[in-house]
Amino acid sequence: MNAYATAAEMLALCEQEKISISELALRREVEMTGLSREEIFAKMKTYFQTMRASIRHGLEIRTPSTSGLSGGDAAKVFDYAKSGNALLGEDLTRLVAYSCAVLETNAQFGRIVATPTAGSSGIVPACLVLLEETRGIDEDKLTQALFSASGIGIIIAGNAFLAGAQGGCQAEVGSASCIAAAAIVEALDGTPERACAAGTFALINTLGLVCDPIGGFVEVPCVSRNGMFAVHSWLAATLALAGADPRVSLDDAIFAMRDVGRRMPRELRETSLGGLAICPGACKSKLKN
Amino acid sequence: MNNTYSAFDIIGPAMIGPSSSHTAGAVRLGLLARGICGGGTAFYPNILIELHGSFAATGEGHATDRGLVAGLLGLPPDDDRLKDSLKLAQANGINIEFRKVDLGVNAHPNTARITYLFPDGERLSVTGASIGGGSVVVREIDGFETELNGELDTVVFWHMDRPGFLARVTGLLACIEVNIAAIQTTRRMRNSEALTIIKIDAPLPPDCMSVLRKIPFVRRLLAVPKLP
Repeated sequence: MNAYATAAEMLALCEQEKISISELALRREVEMTGLSREEIFAKMKTYFQTMRASIRHGLEIRTPSTSGLSGGDAAKVFDYAKSGNALLGEDLTRLVAYSCAVLETNAQFGRIVATPTAGSSGIVPACLVLLEETRGIDEDKLTQALFSASGIGIIIAGNAFLAGAQGGCQAEVGSASCIAAAAIVEALDGTPERACAAGTFALINTLGLVCDPIGGFVEVPCVSRNGMFAVHSWLAATLALAGADPRVSLDDAIFAMRDVGRRMPRELRETSLGGLAICPGACKSKLKN
Repeated sequence: MNNTYSAFDIIGPAMIGPSSSHTAGAVRLGLLARGICGGGTAFYPNILIELHGSFAATGEGHATDRGLVAGLLGLPPDDDRLKDSLKLAQANGINIEFRKVDLGVNAHPNTARITYLFPDGERLSVTGASIGGGSVVVREIDGFETELNGELDTVVFWHMDRPGFLARVTGLLACIEVNIAAIQTTRRMRNSEALTIIKIDAPLPPDCMSVLRKIPFVRRLLAVPKLP
């Protein structure tokens, strides 16, 4: 039996079986679906390859999207990363470029993998591909890390939400940052407990993020936000790997995210009725189109 | 507490953007309508697509129109021909007209009604909603209320409401050991036209369809494959 509904239960199972979160998530999927371990792993591996391709595709984009609200920034950040003078250093600047690239691909009808949603689909792929390039981690291990991400994602889905319409951007980009941070830690051989700490650091620092995209398009602020919050995941993993203590559990962080989401006014939950969506400049740019 | 989310509810689906509900969901709705209309076996050149609520308001930017048409053409949600689906339909001699409509307060904000206009003047309409994350549900077929979501293989019977109809169908399915997950029957009124949807755990063997068609009072029968 590999069923769990909370992070506490998940950690107890990992401890009992002496396995990682990713291994538990994989066993659970086998048990739930009746499919073979190989079939499930192979499907996840194609998703990883699609993620990598969505980054490459996005870095080539030089033209604006149909709405004119995105296009070309990922390429600019990527060039800046290689300039030798990047403020954040080359690697982390590339991380930003990769995450933006997926969202630009998404805005221009390219193929992406929702992780967990289309609007937050840059963060997990960017973090894993940067690990591949900078740490030489192989495709199988990164595929395994996607199960670390899903293993924590199902707890968020079951106890809070993943849709901006339900919980605001904290439910999308917050959740994506949380599962990406945990995946980074497990990919670097951190313990399940440290992976949860990383997820907790990511989630408690995204609480309150609203979903107010201009014109209802998944572009402003979504493209830059994915870029910036990929770094946020990296920082959360850094805190956890250093041994820092988030002082609250992952279950508490998820509880808080749900509480904040429930109190969030409808206008700020993917309705385009508040925030950036109604700022005077946004209305003007909409009129132009 | 029970948690039934799959790893692939979190990671996935692979899709063409920009929106899981407005683009990927639209493709899946188109695919279901295609199945309900008889899929690739027939050629119906005139289709009316009515968009309601958020589908009407922000559908264009999210390529809801192109997504629906991609589905009607049988393309999966991650096929990158999606962006050219309107041209692809045109090249195949299919005329598609779009209209913005108000289907009332009870309709889900992301609703589309797809009507096939047959050359003999007959129509077939499918009304469905994209309810989030790419999940969809067909709420109505030809005015009959339904709950068809494409998660399982489904057979759809257009028939007359007569005693013993369901017994005959289920009896036949029992003979070939087809497991039924759910049955839904709706009728205009007693003794009149009815629609029955049967969700099953595996696709029906193709030779079984001709036998099911021989059941008295079946006017039309279609197998709708489960969604990718």
